[in-house]
Amino acid sequence: MKALRIGRHAAIAVIAAGALALTSCGSDNATGTAPAGGQTSGTKVTGTLTGIGSSAQGAAMDAWKTEFAAANPGATVQYSPDGSGAGRKALLDGSAQFAGTDAYLKDDEYESSKEICGPDGAINIPVYISPIAVAFNLPGISELKLDAATVAKIFRGEIAKWNDPAIAALNEGVELPDLKVTPVNRSDDSGTTSNFTDYLAAAAPEVWTDKSSGVWPASLQGENAKGTSGVVKTVTDTPGAVTYADDSAVGGDLGVAQIKVGESFTTISAEAAAKAVDAGSPVEGRSANDLSIKLDRKTTAEGAYPIVLVSFHAVCSTYDSQETVDLVKAFESYVVSEEGQQAAADSAKSAPLSSELAEKATKAIESIKVKS
Amino acid sequence: MTATSLTSTQGAGRAGDKVFSTAALAAGCFILAVLFGVALFLVVQAIPALTAPAAEIQGGEGFFAYIWPIVIGTIIAAAIALVIATPIAIGVALFISHFAPRRLASGLGYVVDLLAAIPSVIYGAWGAAFLAKEISPAYNWLAANMGWLPIFQGPASATGKTILTAGIVLSVMVLPIITSLSREIFLQTPKLHEEAALALGATRWEMIKMSVFPFARPGIISAVMLGLGRALGETMAVALVLSSGALTASLIQSGNQTIAAEIALNFPEASGLKVSTLIAAGLVLFIITLAVNMIARWIISRHKEFSGAN
Repeated sequence: MKALRIGRHAAIAVIAAGALALTSCGSDNATGTAPAGGQTSGTKVTGTLTGIGSSAQGAAMDAWKTEFAAANPGATVQYSPDGSGAGRKALLDGSAQFAGTDAYLKDDEYESSKEICGPDGAINIPVYISPIAVAFNLPGISELKLDAATVAKIFRGEIAKWNDPAIAALNEGVELPDLKVTPVNRSDDSGTTSNFTDYLAAAAPEVWTDKSSGVWPASLQGENAKGTSGVVKTVTDTPGAVTYADDSAVGGDLGVAQIKVGESFTTISAEAAAKAVDAGSPVEGRSANDLSIKLDRKTTAEGAYPIVLVSFHAVCSTYDSQETVDLVKAFESYVVSEEGQQAAADSAKSAPLSSELAEKATKAIESIKVKS
Repeated sequence: MTATSLTSTQGAGRAGDKVFSTAALAAGCFILAVLFGVALFLVVQAIPALTAPAAEIQGGEGFFAYIWPIVIGTIIAAAIALVIATPIAIGVALFISHFAPRRLASGLGYVVDLLAAIPSVIYGAWGAAFLAKEISPAYNWLAANMGWLPIFQGPASATGKTILTAGIVLSVMVLPIITSLSREIFLQTPKLHEEAALALGATRWEMIKMSVFPFARPGIISAVMLGLGRALGETMAVALVLSSGALTASLIQSGNQTIAAEIALNFPEASGLKVSTLIAAGLVLFIITLAVNMIARWIISRHKEFSGAN
């Protein structure tokens, strides 16, 4: 048995080493492949671009990779969904040319990015917006109106039954069943949890006393399941259960809550999510072209849906070679373009960037240049 | 084997011997080197978590406070699996070795081995998507009727994704391991012992009690320990089935967590100190597994002299 165990570890080590070797090969290609003829940005690009990062972007990234490779036969994009943290780390140590990350670079990460990305450091470009739905399994009820405090109480286990006065007060005329409330959260560390708890901590601070975090607070008693598909499946199987999940994954018989924003209730939609992102404010202390967005979870903007996940591509402001610059520019321009966003919306059901934000992103991408 | 043939092959035999013994030595050293490498990796990577200030570890109360609930959870899940699987496995093994007609026995043995070949993610998916839902009424019954026992204290989980469900799934997974090994051991019982017992007028059950079990005891123990190793280290099935949470005595509420599942669920998005913490948790699991192996060896060596084998 010992031998078996060791064998497994050894295999993992070998695979890891292989993966490392592959990634380093990838980066070599991107910076080392000589372009055929004088390439300038705007024409077809060649080479290999390596990215590591968030698994939330996985589905969208698959679509982008495929479409981009189809339009640029000489170019390939490799993306390894190892997690946001791993992606940011890989960008900072130079093993990846871009990182997919559910959170923009932290201040200290931005500082250390100057080492490899030049004096302006890395820039964060929002590429993927996904509204997070509060989904429940109540037979016969497909819509409920909830406010932040009630959602927080439900997920803290402070509301025991669905016919609780707190829920009834917001939903006059809806016949609420005398059913036990079973909140279901993600058991794995995830960007969805991080954004959901961030919303609750900001919008209902008197109820949600924990900090925002990718891991569900351990002190809370509740059910959980692995991954978006896991929570959706668990809720679908359990009458009275409620969860939060990417809107795209919620379907079937599950009801979806409308969230109180300002004085009215907002139904979840791609437009409402994009509106909430536009209501966010830029992060201070970054380079002029950085598009890090601090979301305003307490926004009162009419029609904005504040429970939203924004995922970024962190790229360098300068790269060593013209080929890499061309490649990064071409790929990122495609990603934030209308067709790129539409491709993501089709395959991953994300919310396209607003035209205003897409314009800013294009400008930021245009600023990427060769290290001087 | 004449004297001439011996001398004629001796030269080549010596060289072959040398090559073979060197190769065997290298293989042995390689295993040790890998084991040492894994241990070294775990220790080096775990040090930041072990030395970090308590407030920075997940949960904010230090590594020990973080690890002990999941160590207990790991042991609870493995214990449930063994309690369920051991008697069934020994029963199945006995049936195959001593009761079943020969043709049925070989077919049954094959089916049991097939169980071991099913990937754990399949067991996990089955447990999460089917078993948990179907078993939750039973948990409600247990909570209502046996709730005075701390392990069946209500309210029962509405989803059925509890440590007991995880333990049941694990028991199905360790069943083939314990069964196959026990069956092999039972078949090795000296025929003379069995026949002597029968000749003395023992019934078949008495014969098994008197000759098969004493002979097979160390083998059964090592089979159970092998099953325990699988149950302790099983990752995917537990990660999918268990609705994890804080340490709870009740087996039918959601809660508890195992080390392997904790690592699998949190590693993909971990960075910095979190990675070290998870690797340190892996180190703890490594030590537990090592300890289980050593205890098993010790029990077997202690029992050897009493077994019918001598």
